[in-house]
Amino acid sequence: MSKIELKVNGRSHTLDIEPATPLLYILRNDLGLQGPRFGCGLGQCGACKVIINGAAVPSCVMPVSSVKGEITTLEGLASNGRLHPLQQAWIDEQVPQCGFCQNGQIMTAKAMLDKNPHPTDAQIRESMNGTLCRCMSYYRVQTAIKRAAKTIANASPVFGKEVVA
Amino acid sequence: MSVSAGVPEQIEEALVTHRRGFLKSAGLLAVSFGAFVGAWTTEAVAQSSGGAKGAGPYPDPDFRQIDSWIVIHENNSATFYVGKTDPGQGTGTGFRQLMSDELDIPFDQTACIMGSTDITVDQVGSGGSTAMERDSWPMRRVAAEARRVLLEMASARLGVPVDQLAVSDAIVTVKAEPSKRVTYGELIAGKKFNITLTGNNVNSVTGQAKTKSVPELKNTGQSPQRDDIPAKVDGSLKWAVDVKLPGMVHARNVKPPFACAKLTGIDESSVKGLPGFIKVVSKGNYVAVVCEREEQAIRAARQLKTTWQKPSTAPFPASEDLFSYMRAAAPISASRPLLAGDSETRNPESRPIVVGNPDAAFSGAAKTIEAEYEIPFQGHTAFAGAHATADPSNGQMTVYSNDMKSYGMRRCVAAFLGMPHDRVRVVWMQGPQGFGRTAAEDAGCEAAWIAREIGRPVRVQWMRDEETAWDTKSPAFLVKMRGALDSDGRLVGYEYYARSCDYNHLGYNEPDTVLIAQLMGSRRARPASGSASMPSDMYAIPNRKMAGEVVGLPIVWETPLRTGNLRDPNGPQPTFAAESFIDEAAAAAKTDPLDFRMKMIKADTNDDAGFRRARSIAVLKAAAEAYGWDPRPSPKPIGTGKVLTGRGIAYSFRGQTVVAQIAEVEVNRQTGHVWAKRLVCAHDCGLVVNPESLRHAVECGTLHGLSRAIHEEVRFDTEKVTSLDWFSHPTLRHADVPERIDIVLVNGDPNPNRPDLPPYGAGEASLKPMLAAIANAIHDATGVRIRRVPFRDDRVLAALKAAGV
Ligand code: FES
Ligand code: FES
Repeated sequence: MSKIELKVNGRSHTLDIEPATPLLYILRNDLGLQGPRFGCGLGQCGACKVIINGAAVPSCVMPVSSVKGEITTLEGLASNGRLHPLQQAWIDEQVPQCGFCQNGQIMTAKAMLDKNPHPTDAQIRESMNGTLCRCMSYYRVQTAIKRAAKTIANASPVFGKEVVA
Repeated sequence: MSVSAGVPEQIEEALVTHRRGFLKSAGLLAVSFGAFVGAWTTEAVAQSSGGAKGAGPYPDPDFRQIDSWIVIHENNSATFYVGKTDPGQGTGTGFRQLMSDELDIPFDQTACIMGSTDITVDQVGSGGSTAMERDSWPMRRVAAEARRVLLEMASARLGVPVDQLAVSDAIVTVKAEPSKRVTYGELIAGKKFNITLTGNNVNSVTGQAKTKSVPELKNTGQSPQRDDIPAKVDGSLKWAVDVKLPGMVHARNVKPPFACAKLTGIDESSVKGLPGFIKVVSKGNYVAVVCEREEQAIRAARQLKTTWQKPSTAPFPASEDLFSYMRAAAPISASRPLLAGDSETRNPESRPIVVGNPDAAFSGAAKTIEAEYEIPFQGHTAFAGAHATADPSNGQMTVYSNDMKSYGMRRCVAAFLGMPHDRVRVVWMQGPQGFGRTAAEDAGCEAAWIAREIGRPVRVQWMRDEETAWDTKSPAFLVKMRGALDSDGRLVGYEYYARSCDYNHLGYNEPDTVLIAQLMGSRRARPASGSASMPSDMYAIPNRKMAGEVVGLPIVWETPLRTGNLRDPNGPQPTFAAESFIDEAAAAAKTDPLDFRMKMIKADTNDDAGFRRARSIAVLKAAAEAYGWDPRPSPKPIGTGKVLTGRGIAYSFRGQTVVAQIAEVEVNRQTGHVWAKRLVCAHDCGLVVNPESLRHAVECGTLHGLSRAIHEEVRFDTEKVTSLDWFSHPTLRHADVPERIDIVLVNGDPNPNRPDLPPYGAGEASLKPMLAAIANAIHDATGVRIRRVPFRDDRVLAALKAAGV
């Protein structure tokens, strides 16, 4: 056991925990977050993804001791009581079927758009390709990403002010 | 957090206030609206509905009482309690649309609670795409009856006969004097209907009131957004995997390393010192490890030393030998009478169908063709492993589960543990998919058994390798077909003969076939025989013979190759064969494959129950029009480039629902890779309750069909399944998704505006023709016919090479 400090969605936590514990179980079972979920535990599906240092990474295969940087989970995307444009696009396009994978879809899309606000169709497919959906909501995920990209582009200068349509 | 961001602030506030008020009156204050949809706080819900108290026992809600179905609150809103589950197709929203129409209450003032056995009536749960087709009817009749009763109450209150009253938006007014009014909430909130309905069972339950005709339905046919989606994208939904209870511990299974292995030893000292270790629980060949924390249980289950003895015979052939095994095996079930001890009546579809004189048609044919098709085992491979949390408090057993048939799980757990029915309840919560896997759910019984063993609430979840290897499988099929063409190129003789490897087919939530029961040895004597089903009998071919037989594997119990119902069970396999073969016949006749089909549909309509043939014609036409189909025979002249393109069509019906699909593919001649560039699906399921939800479900079903066509296959050696993850049992990915998908909703009823147009089942049907549509498109592009599913790159490339393409 050792003391580990984690900053998640803007809040700091100190935990006394076995350092090899995968981050996923700490987020879910100690911090009560339920955006990231267990799908494979192998880094193959994306269900457990969180954003660290701008990258969407699988938390299921990441020992908590190796986390360097602030963690953002699905719960941390909204700001000022408003959903992130991606989340809103997910509602507008009615993306989920069961929804179990959608944490991974949204977090992967967020990391992609933050780096590349105007992705081509091919870039969307490539960036999203490791994020699986067994209900096959892919077509709508791709449509919703394009919709969110437009919303973000129109909502100058930065998302977070009262500018989201 | 707001769940309605994007809505103007004052409206949002009103919504939230309304919802808060709503939740308060529904006894749901403990949760935000976002979490509300998951019906997580069942204690609160239970109390508000007048149903069972949290501590148990949990008697069944009486389906003959309106109060079991509908609660009206002070603020003039209503909660509907229905015995269904919605694993993500939007049926819950659909029920609200239909029930609010019958009750005459605004859709936005309603909510729907589903599938928890102590507070919602037993409508079985979900499955078979029966939500609208069958189960919405009792809901509608009860809502109509509630409206009738409310009108009578208003009549007494306002002193005016019912026929002089009008009702709209849950407000009753006097027609002649509209200022005289009373709301539903004022009439009944806080009180009970106390109206007893009639009907022998939940499906036939009814009051005196009549349901509305189609033109009178206002919300039905609209597309309100699905009410489960906001909480699924903002992270607020409590899923079944999120249940946390005081004192709860975690368990993980230790599966036999080989099929049919016998446990010979457990070395508990191998895990005793591990942090958080509580106990190894075991009976027969079932083993699980219980620890305080989840990651501790995962580690301990991996580290536990166990010894096993292999069976003396190999339990199954290796996957590459499966079809030669199936060809040679002696059939087990079909074409024989029922035997004493057969656990289920055999599927009547397994009896041969003979029409006309097929033998004569073949002997007089101008041309005969034959082909054989192979469809392997395919997995459910749910997005997450089976999971459940069980709480043994108060001498009861509560199971939190995503079992799509939660009522079945309740019966199963009660029987498995030998507990009285009313001491067990299942609280249904959202989870990954359904698709039949959760109707033959395994974790519920495991959690309940362990919880009783250790006397604490316990959460069980299967790991990825367990789920992929040990979930229920869609049976493998081997189909032989023959066709006789006359000199005009008409198909005058047709033979379909299927063998399915389906002898250990699991039913729904059976206490003597659920995996833990098999492993503990408390299983039934004989497995269910499954079925070697026929394709839909769509074409008026004058002489035809269709038969199917089931073959078994050498060992049927305690194996990961147990079969079960996967989304349109045993539908895609026969349809792949039959609709590929029709294309082969069209090619042999050098005719356009759509035209070839159309002629056989028109030929004879004397068995047009539900107007399926009339709707087939409409659906095929709609698909062809949406695609821009140009009539010509297949294959087209083979191109010279690296990428060959082609299009294929296939169609089918499931129940009364008709589906036609067209695929346009690109085949890479150097890699064998197939990409479906464009898909069209035309779909007729009668009355459409929510067109957007339906389009979504059909689109996803269509893509699931594509996934099964190009990726999915369970692989195994002679002692274990070797498909263990997303690489060894691949699934569709973002890069596979078509550039364009068109979903065309068709109403091909001969009288499309008839006031009694019923809803038929939707969703599963869209899986059915897809495999053949892709195979037909590959053939059109390359001239090569692929008769083995899935059309993986290596397989397609080998076939192209062999054909010199
Ligand atoms: S659960 Fe982490 S990638 Fe699948
Ligand atoms: S929506 Fe169900 S797994 Fe993606």
